[in-house]
Amino acid sequence: MGSPANDIDRLVKREYKEGFVTEIDSDTLPPGLDEGVVRAISEKKREPEFMLQWRLDAFRHWLTLTEPQWAHVHHEPIDYQAISYYSAPKNEDGPKSLDEVDPKLLETYEKLGIPLEEQKMLAGVAVDAVFDSVSVKTTFSEKLAEVGVIFCSISEALQEHPGLVKRYLGSVVPAGDNFYAALNSAVFSDGSFVYIPKGVRCPMELSTYFRINAMNTGQFERTLIIADEGSYVSYLEGCTAPMRDENQLHAAVVELIAMEGAQIKYSTVQNWYPGDEHGRGGIYNFVTKRGACRGRNAKISWTQVETGSAITWKYPSVLLEGDDSVGEFYSVALTNNRQQADTGTKMVHIGKNTTSTIISKGISAGRGQNAYRGLVKVLNKADNARNYSQCDSLLLGDRCGAHTFPYMEVKNPTAQVEHEATTSKISDDQLFYCRQRGLSEEDAVSMIVNGFCKQVFKELPMEFAVEAQKLLDVSLEGAVG
Amino acid sequence: MFEAVQQDYVDVYKGVASGLPGGSVPWVRRVRDSGLSRFREVGFPTPRDEDWKYTNVRPIAKQPFAPALDSHNGIDATRLEILENNVLDSYRCVFVNGHFAPGLSDLDQLPSGVVVMSLKDALNYRAEELETELGRCAPSQLHGFAALNTAFLTDGAYIRIGRDCTLQRPIELIYVSTGDSEQPQVSYPRNLAIAETGSRAVILERYVSLEQSRYLTNAITELVARMSAKVDYYKLQEESAKAFHVCGLFLHQDRDSTVTTNNIAMGGAIARTDLHVSLNDVGAHSTLNGLYIGMGKQHIDNHTQVDHRVARCTSDEFYKGVLAGRSRAVFHGRIVVHQDAQHTDAQQRNNNLLLSRDAEVDTKPQLEIYADDVKCSHGATVGQLDPDSIFYLRSRGIDETSARSLLTYAFANDVINRFAIASIRHELEHHLTQTLLHGKHIEGTV
Repeated sequence: MGSPANDIDRLVKREYKEGFVTEIDSDTLPPGLDEGVVRAISEKKREPEFMLQWRLDAFRHWLTLTEPQWAHVHHEPIDYQAISYYSAPKNEDGPKSLDEVDPKLLETYEKLGIPLEEQKMLAGVAVDAVFDSVSVKTTFSEKLAEVGVIFCSISEALQEHPGLVKRYLGSVVPAGDNFYAALNSAVFSDGSFVYIPKGVRCPMELSTYFRINAMNTGQFERTLIIADEGSYVSYLEGCTAPMRDENQLHAAVVELIAMEGAQIKYSTVQNWYPGDEHGRGGIYNFVTKRGACRGRNAKISWTQVETGSAITWKYPSVLLEGDDSVGEFYSVALTNNRQQADTGTKMVHIGKNTTSTIISKGISAGRGQNAYRGLVKVLNKADNARNYSQCDSLLLGDRCGAHTFPYMEVKNPTAQVEHEATTSKISDDQLFYCRQRGLSEEDAVSMIVNGFCKQVFKELPMEFAVEAQKLLDVSLEGAVG
Repeated sequence: MFEAVQQDYVDVYKGVASGLPGGSVPWVRRVRDSGLSRFREVGFPTPRDEDWKYTNVRPIAKQPFAPALDSHNGIDATRLEILENNVLDSYRCVFVNGHFAPGLSDLDQLPSGVVVMSLKDALNYRAEELETELGRCAPSQLHGFAALNTAFLTDGAYIRIGRDCTLQRPIELIYVSTGDSEQPQVSYPRNLAIAETGSRAVILERYVSLEQSRYLTNAITELVARMSAKVDYYKLQEESAKAFHVCGLFLHQDRDSTVTTNNIAMGGAIARTDLHVSLNDVGAHSTLNGLYIGMGKQHIDNHTQVDHRVARCTSDEFYKGVLAGRSRAVFHGRIVVHQDAQHTDAQQRNNNLLLSRDAEVDTKPQLEIYADDVKCSHGATVGQLDPDSIFYLRSRGIDETSARSLLTYAFANDVINRFAIASIRHELEHHLTQTLLHGKHIEGTV
């Protein structure tokens, strides 16, 4: 057997594959944050007046807040005045076809393996690729338009459908919700907007690729998805970022709204730059994601595979307001080297007969710290609420940490809430069994880890499931023995 | 938030400090002063403190409680119902309002090598014996109440079980609050128990009251189990329904020691227990059993923390709660497996039964693990009585109320069955029957 220490060393030395910087001219605001910056962003994007007011209110509220300290993560204090809050690739008029797109950009996508070209032909996936802060390209919008689906950047939505945006923006995550959400509300640059009309089943998986580029630019994405009565949408989000030495802040807000009988499936594969083996650099990923089941029988399902970022601070939540509504959370989080993850979910049972399921799989290697933090709250009127939570942790190496912090607040006697958690390493028996049957140690570990995560992977759409498995294999190359 | 009241405690301290037992001993004075300065630093906890998120101590902190005086003279044994009906054959220490009452106690026939005495006497006459022990088990970051206890530490039990001594009878500490003073009073029981190498003992702490009045008990017990010692510890909290009870229980366990804590909380308007177990050397084993029963508007909060500091220690935690009326329970169970604490086996379970519409449970099991070769799990549930079981009993001619009581009793009895001492088990079963089977909790059920 290869010594585990050696294997871990090998893994630790693995270079971040996606690390490169594309040099293109960015239209970037100087670092710093004050009301002027907020006004400038709003103006640059030619936003309606209400939007500016909304941003300013959020900004003023943000000034009164302090950073939350409760997460199980450690980092240097962030200087919010050292960040540039807006950065847009040139060519602002919006290209109509691929020829008009900056070739450097296309090259970047090529390197990342985002098959913008291919997808058109093969997968039938509409891609709203966000390069830094401005949406560069939207494909298949015509096909989507046929069935009435609106899928565009949020700045475009502000121009074309200001009514919809005004009505729903901030209705799930209020501008003052938390420190990072307030910051995002004040300075968000762009993001995706999706509206699925009544009774429409979105004919394809929708996806967005985020990519952080341009030195010192925090990325503040804002995503808003509305599924009207009886509709269905599956949305994919995936990310990679270039290698650099300074920590970058990413504070996105994602809001989902599912009306009566609607279903939203939101899947994420996150592979941002995690920093080097000494914990230098890497993305700070402080995200607020929340969905609201507004009507009866609504369903929101979050699936995430988190392998990147130096620090992940993310709790996709569901507010189960409608009777019989359903919330689901499936997560695989992997931390390696000095990565830190504090992630989990919140399920708030408000309506009657609501159910929620939480499956969380944490894998810690190297000196990674992985924490699950979840809240299941059953309000007094939520009769017959049902929750099942399962949080399993796998430890690879003796210097990593796995932590579980579930919170359960139950105010209704008809509720059934269950939480289970286990923590272990890969058992020698399992390894021996595989080795005995001729599998190499690495294959055996990979197989066991994949088996450990299977419950979550099977929730991912096909395209992502393959990618996620590959990602995990790469991230764990030789990590265990 | 409560500056004025906090200042009041500080002023009272300045007035009484030198007169407290051992007040002339420099190190005792230092311990007290450190408690006070810690209290001045942190004050009373607020819901903004993560560890007090679900427990608002405003009702306790909004008015000052005066330290209870040593006034047990007027109490005779006949008023202490608890002593009359006492079925335990034990070495007994009785404390009235936190002060040792020798006349009510029974410490005859203590075997040689065993010390059981009041902490007040110990501090006055043999302080040097305590210097290396007192305050050592408590965590360095005390919360406001524990800091106050340290500042005002006055009396309690000092127990030392000598090397290889086996005590045949339990040591019973009974804290009686008379609750009959004009101004609400606070008592600061402080117990220190050391089980030397190879010793065995059973220690039982009870908190009872004579009047259904408002007072505050702010207690700390420190327990050290040295190599291969075996200690069974019971805490039975039956304070007045209007009283406040805040208690810290801090354990240090050495190599191959075995400690079982059995923590039963039934009384108090607000009752909070912090139980910290520190497993300091290989082979230590700790069992944590707990049962809390809330009725009326009670608020019962149990915080437990088990620190696995070295390899090959095991812990097994099992807490159950029954909540009726408008009561609320908080359970916070934290297991920390420190780096290099390989081969740790740590289990934790918390089950809650909600019997009424307005009862609430907030449970927060936590695992913090920094070693890889470990077996750790926790589970928590909140639910109600199983309708199938009720149906089963109903179909056999048992009325609804009795069926529910029976099942509730069975649920709670799971914990009591884990108690090793038969007489204590029987007493608690009897107690549980009184409370649960006689249908007191049924008002306000679903």
